[in-house]
Order: sequence, then structure tokens, then C-alpha cells
Amino acid sequence: MTELISQFPLLAALTALVGLGAVFGAVLGFAAVKFKTEGDPIADQVNDLLPQTQCGQCGHPGCRPYAESIADGGPINKCPPGGEATIQALADLLDVEAVPLDEEHGEEKAKKSVAYIREDECIGCTKCIQACPVDAILGAAKQMHTVIISECTGCDLCVEPCPVDCIDMISEEESLQTWHWALPDPNARTVDIIATDATRDEAA
Amino acid sequence: MRKVYNFHGGIHPPENKLQSLGNPISCAGIPPQLTLPLSQHIGAPAVPVVTVGEHVLKGQLIAEAKGFVSVPLHAPTSGTIAAIEERPIAHPSGLQANCIVINTDGEDEWAPHEGREDYQSLDKPTMLNLIRNAGIAGMGGAGFPAAVKLSVKPDTQIDTLIINGTECEPYITADDVLMRERADQIIAGAKILTHLIGPQETLIGVEDNKPEGLASLRAAAEGSGIEVVSFPTKYPSGGEKQLIEILTGKQVPSGGLPSHVGVVCQNVGSTVAIYQAIVLGRPLISRITTVTGESIGQPRNYEVLLGTPMAYLLQLAGYQSAGNNRLIMGGPMMGFTVPDADVPIVKTTNCILAPKEAELPTPPPAQACIRCGMCAQACPASLLPQQMFWFAQGKEHEKLEQHNLFDCIECGACSWVCPSAIPLVQYYRASKAEILQARRDHEKSEQSRIRFESRQTRLEQEEIDKEAKRAARKLAAEKRAQQAASGTDGAEDPIQAAIDRAKAKKAAQQAGTVGNQNEAEKLTSAVASTRKRLDTASKKLAEAQAENSDLVTALQTGVDKTTEKLHKAEKALADYQSKSSSDSQDAPTAAGEVDAAQAAIQKAMAARAADSSLSPEQKAKNNLDKLVQRLQKSEAKLASCRESGEEEKIIDAMESTVERLKEKIATAEQAVSEGEES
Repeated sequence: MTELISQFPLLAALTALVGLGAVFGAVLGFAAVKFKTEGDPIADQVNDLLPQTQCGQCGHPGCRPYAESIADGGPINKCPPGGEATIQALADLLDVEAVPLDEEHGEEKAKKSVAYIREDECIGCTKCIQACPVDAILGAAKQMHTVIISECTGCDLCVEPCPVDCIDMISEEESLQTWHWALPDPNARTVDIIATDATRDEAA
Repeated sequence: MRKVYNFHGGIHPPENKLQSLGNPISCAGIPPQLTLPLSQHIGAPAVPVVTVGEHVLKGQLIAEAKGFVSVPLHAPTSGTIAAIEERPIAHPSGLQANCIVINTDGEDEWAPHEGREDYQSLDKPTMLNLIRNAGIAGMGGAGFPAAVKLSVKPDTQIDTLIINGTECEPYITADDVLMRERADQIIAGAKILTHLIGPQETLIGVEDNKPEGLASLRAAAEGSGIEVVSFPTKYPSGGEKQLIEILTGKQVPSGGLPSHVGVVCQNVGSTVAIYQAIVLGRPLISRITTVTGESIGQPRNYEVLLGTPMAYLLQLAGYQSAGNNRLIMGGPMMGFTVPDADVPIVKTTNCILAPKEAELPTPPPAQACIRCGMCAQACPASLLPQQMFWFAQGKEHEKLEQHNLFDCIECGACSWVCPSAIPLVQYYRASKAEILQARRDHEKSEQSRIRFESRQTRLEQEEIDKEAKRAARKLAAEKRAQQAASGTDGAEDPIQAAIDRAKAKKAAQQAGTVGNQNEAEKLTSAVASTRKRLDTASKKLAEAQAENSDLVTALQTGVDKTTEKLHKAEKALADYQSKSSSDSQDAPTAAGEVDAAQAAIQKAMAARAADSSLSPEQKAKNNLDKLVQRLQKSEAKLASCRESGEEEKIIDAMESTVERLKEKIATAEQAVSEGEES
């Protein structure tokens, strides 16, 4: 063995390297099959940050497809319900520049809204039920429909198909349950670093 | 002498307690109207069980607890329910909430109630139920349902029961006077709690700035095995976690509960309420509230019915609005400014403070943080307020949580010491709320995601099922076609023919029913059923006529139509019978019908042939004749519709048909005249 190696040093080195390569290749190949990640982990993480209103304002049929497009390097500023906060979170996750919301897809609403069906006007056509992406509308053909408020994402998708226009989007009123202290207004802090600044301000 | 420990930080603001200690507790009396918010505690709001206009007695249940973390509500005095509606309540938001409003009758008539002197014989769940049904929520300020706090898991060993008589916040003396005047009730309540929880020791913790309270407590506790411990005054030693550290040296872990270190805490006010609930059978309907501040003529403590308007109490205490800059519910450190004096006193109102501008000046505008670190030294929870301040400004919620924002007890010591007058505690309150909101939003979006995904899978499954059915149908059709092609048996043919016939007639409901017998049966049954329908319809009509209902006309037309149908059916039956008697019995009707269809086709073909043989003039004339006939028919129909008062739509449609026919006739006439000319 040692003799063979000393006789053909080049061949021996080559064999050893090829052998090593084959062994590691086999191990890696096995690992790639055995420990294959299911799904797209990046898309999952992105999807987790999206507001899941399933409104389709981004042009994708739901939040998951939009997450997949972001994971493939698509723009991150197409989600109006998420607004700036979501864009910031996505930028942090993907380590890209946060860009302002693309106005083309809609504006960020200040308040959340939920759909409300004026029940005495409803004709029971079930069109809104078919449009609702989260099955938040309850009803049957020729029967009155109603929205399960706790499940409604406020996506507006049911408003368009209604033939009698009996669906309103009602913005959530502030209640004792939703009210909370606001952050102190930083602009209320007049920063007078030295006393003379303050007097000059007052004089001016 | 027991060893007392110290906790990190703390401040010594001016106590200002003497003002309201000059007088004993006095009763505030019964105001003309009481407003009782349904939510005076932490947890789900209570649900009203009374209706407007109902007369209620003192102590009667008026709203019941909803869920585990909730407490019921009782009428503080007798009177009538004036309203159950939204009223302004004592809340920093200034929002309204559902309240039960009682117009008092001044009788103060008690509902029947019964105490249990022999509480030793009661088991734990019964006692907890009594406490819960008495509507007791923590009276120190937070308002956490007492029964929930006392429901310690069976496997948790409680070493120490602490009765909190610390009352560390400036101005407030409600607990102090309670200890001075009702020490026996506190001790009695402590004994009940000891019996309920079974700790190794029961302590009452009181700051050393209340010597009189301490003395009377010690006198009352003589020989009861309950130890009254005094310790140096420092704000906020009344905080639950701080008091536990002072008395036992144990620190409650971050995010943990006192029971995790074997301690249960109750406020002295709650202890007295528990005593009254169990021994006297009296629900929580009143409390002791301090009314103080420089704008108050006679600052003192009042025993006040829950729901008493703040304005009533202020007037009683000699309130002068001149110079008063705001009304505060609670103390100067943790209280909040109320929007106006119409708000009611609730279970957690320990103090009403009406200060003058000089006494509690409006905070100056905040300046930049100079990183002096005084807030970190003052923080009783050993947090880093200056770091959290930056993160709160930048809304870095993750970092805030890493810096244990949720261990902040919002005592306000950091804001108090801040030389730049930064409202630090406001930042933490707002950030906490924002983080909780974000958590709730995330929960909701997660729920939406699950619903969306399950909907997608459901739709896909439906599509797959439909596709499978379609494929199955196609396969079956192919098989049938194959069979039809291959099998030329005589037996197959009549069935196929029958199906075809059925389709052509669009009337036969049972495929494959052929033969004279069936046809005759069918016709007879049709006559029978129509007759039956006519019978019921006429019966209904008679009834309607008897009742003079609006449906009479509709029913009349129904009867008419049914009669017509009956005639038709009878005629058909008669025709068929005469035909079948004249025809040979075995001749299949199918053949006859095919014959009829063929005859019609032949007739049409003959007509066409005749048409083609005619001259164009003749054709045009014929056409014109036909059109005139159609017009007459249409006009007759229109007239009859108008008479019978049909819907406008139908009349309109008919009118337009007549118009069109007239136009067509005009063109046809032209054609005829042209033909004649040529």
C-alpha cells in the first residue's frame, strides 16, 4: 500500500481526493433529500408579517401569494391594510430599504373597518358570501345574510358584488376596550436648551 | 421584632395626608340618583338583570358576573331603575360606558340578606362563591376580582397571607381611617382569609407614617396570631410585589404571580368587604373615599355609596372651584384627571383630589433626556427607564419587551424624579397598550389566515369532487352509447324511444313508463289531483271570504285557474278514452304521437311547398294577412291585461309588441303594394 502510494504519488493523491469528494457528495446528497425544508421558509416569515386581510389590493389573490412574490424579490410596498408598519417590518426582515406605500394599490386607512349588512335590504343572493375570503358572512339563498364581525377583516371585497348595495363598511368606534393612552406628543416638548433661547423665542 | 427588607428604588414625595385625617369617617348619605357602571373592575363587564322602572331594594343583585374574571353589581340603596344606558364614567379616556341609573327613594330598605357567623364550617368553594357573589373587586385601586385572586390552585402551597394596609400614595387616607376606626373588622376579615387560604403566617403590612392605625390594629390583633408589621415609609411600598419583598424578602419573578412565591395579598378595604360579605351577608355597595386637596373646604373621609356622583361628594366637602386646576380620581402619582365632576364613584375610587395650581402644578414642557440615570435609581422594579424611553419613542417593541417593560408597575416614580420633566410613565403606558394591541391584531390575522386557508382547501375539494362527478357521468354516458350501438335487441328500443319521447314532451316524469294502462292512469290521476287541488283552493277561498281577508282576489284567480285546468284534464282523459276505444288496444300510443308529429311536419312542409309555388305578390299578401291576425290577437291580449290590472312591466312589453307588429304590417303593406305595382 505504502509502496503503491510512493510509486504513484500523483495517482494516489488524485484517488484520495476523488474518493473524499465522492463520500462527501453522497453525504450531502443524502442530507439534502432527508432534511429537505418543506415549503418556503422566507415566504412563511413574510406571510406572518402580513395583516391577512386577504383583500387582494396588492394584486395577488390573498396574502400568501403576495408573500411568495416578496420572497422572490418582489416589491414590499403593495399592502395598504398593513401600511407603513408592515413595510417597516418587512424591510427589517429582508434587510432592504423601507419604501413608502405604493399609492396605486390604495391608501392606508386610519381606522379599521368591518362590513355591515343592512339586513332588511338584503335579498339573499349569496354573492357576498362567495366573495368573502374568510367565510365571515353567514346566510343562505333567499335568506338574510349577516357578517360575523369578529371574523371580518374589513377587506371590502363583499361591497362590490352586492346587487342591492346593502353593505356598508363601518369603521371601528373607539370603545373602553380599545382605548389606550397615546404616546406623549414629542412636538409638545419645546426644547429650550439655554434660558436665553426661550426668551428670544418669546420675543420673536 | 420581625426583620423587614427593602426594595430597590422608591421615592419620598410630600405625604399630604394630615389634611384629611382631622375628622372621623362620615356618611355621605343618599344622593337623589346613583349611576353604577357595569364595569368597575378588571374583566368582563357585568350583565344587567333588572329592567327600567323596576323597584330595587338595597343590596339586591342588579347585574350578574359574566365569565370567571368578573364580579356582580348590587343596588347600593332602594329605589327605581331610571335607565340602563351609556353615561360618562371615571376613565382617563373620557368615554362613556353602560351604566345602571337608580333614582333613590330615600327609604334605604334592605333586601333580605343573611350572614354566616359560622364561616369555619363552610368549605372553600362556598366561601369563594360568597365573596364572588358579593361583588368584591380589589379596593386598593386596580379592581381585580377578589375571588379570582383568592382561588389559589390546590397544588400551590401558600406560606404567607399579606393584608396590605400600606397606602403609600400621597393624600390618600381611606385605608388609614379604616385601620383607625374599624381595626376589629380588618382583623375579623383577616381571620376569614386565613381560614380560607390556610397560610403558615398572616401579616398586616403598614407604613410607619400611620402610628394610630398601627396602634389600633395591634390592639385588635392581640392574641389572634396575626402579626402587624410596620416598616419605613417609601413610595411605592404599597405595590403588591414591593410589599411582598419588604415583608418576606422574596421577589416575585418577572411575569409571575405572588402565588408563585407562596404569597397571597389583599387590601385592607377588600378584607373588610370580605368580612361584611361573609359574616353580615352584605354585598359591596359602599366604600371609604378620601376627598382632599386645597380646593376642598373640609377634607375628610366619607363612607360613600357606589354610584354617588363626584359632584355630590365635592359639594358635601365644601368644594370651591376657584383656583382648582383639575379633578383627579386616585392619588397624585397614579390617579387620572376626570373630564368632569358628573362621573360616579366606583369600587376602586379611593380618593378624589381637587388641588390648586400651586399645589400640583401642571408639568412644565419636557426637555431632552440628559442621561442622569435618576429614573433608574428610583425605579422600584429595577428597570432602565431611560433606555425604555428611547425604545418607546422609536416604537421598538421587541427591545421594550426585552427590557421587561411589562414588569413596570406604572408607579410614576421615574417621571417624578426626572429633572427634564419627561412624562416617562406615559410612554410606558402607551407602549404597553400598543404591544398588547399588536398581539391582539396578530392573533386575529392568524385566525384570518387559518380561515382563508381552510376556505381555499374547501373550494379546491369541491372542484375536485365536481370534476370526479363529471368524469363519472361522462363514463356512464359513453357506456350507454356503446351499449346502444352494440345491443340491437328489440327490448332496448322501446325504452330509448320512450326517453326520447319524454324529452320531447317535457312532461313525462318517469322515464320508461309506456303503454296504454300507464297513460290512462296518468290522465286519471291528473284529473283526480286537480280536482283535489280545486277542492282545497275553494275551501280556502270560502274561508278567506268568511274572514274578509285581502287574499280573496288572489285565491279567486287561483280557483278559476284550477277549474280551467280540471276541465282540460277531464277533456284530455275523455279524448284519450274515446281514442283508445276506437284504436286497437295493442297499438302503442307512441306510434300515434310520432304520427301526429310527422303529420305536423308534413303539414308545415306542404305549406312551405305551397308557399314556394305561390307568386311573390301572393306571398306578401299572405304574410300581411298573418301579421294582421297576430296584431289583432296581441291587441286583444293587451286589452285583457289592462282590464285585469297586470303589472306595468308586462303591459309595457305588450305595448311594445303591438308597436312592432304595426311596424311590420306597414312594411308588409308596402311590399304588397310594390308587388301590385310591378
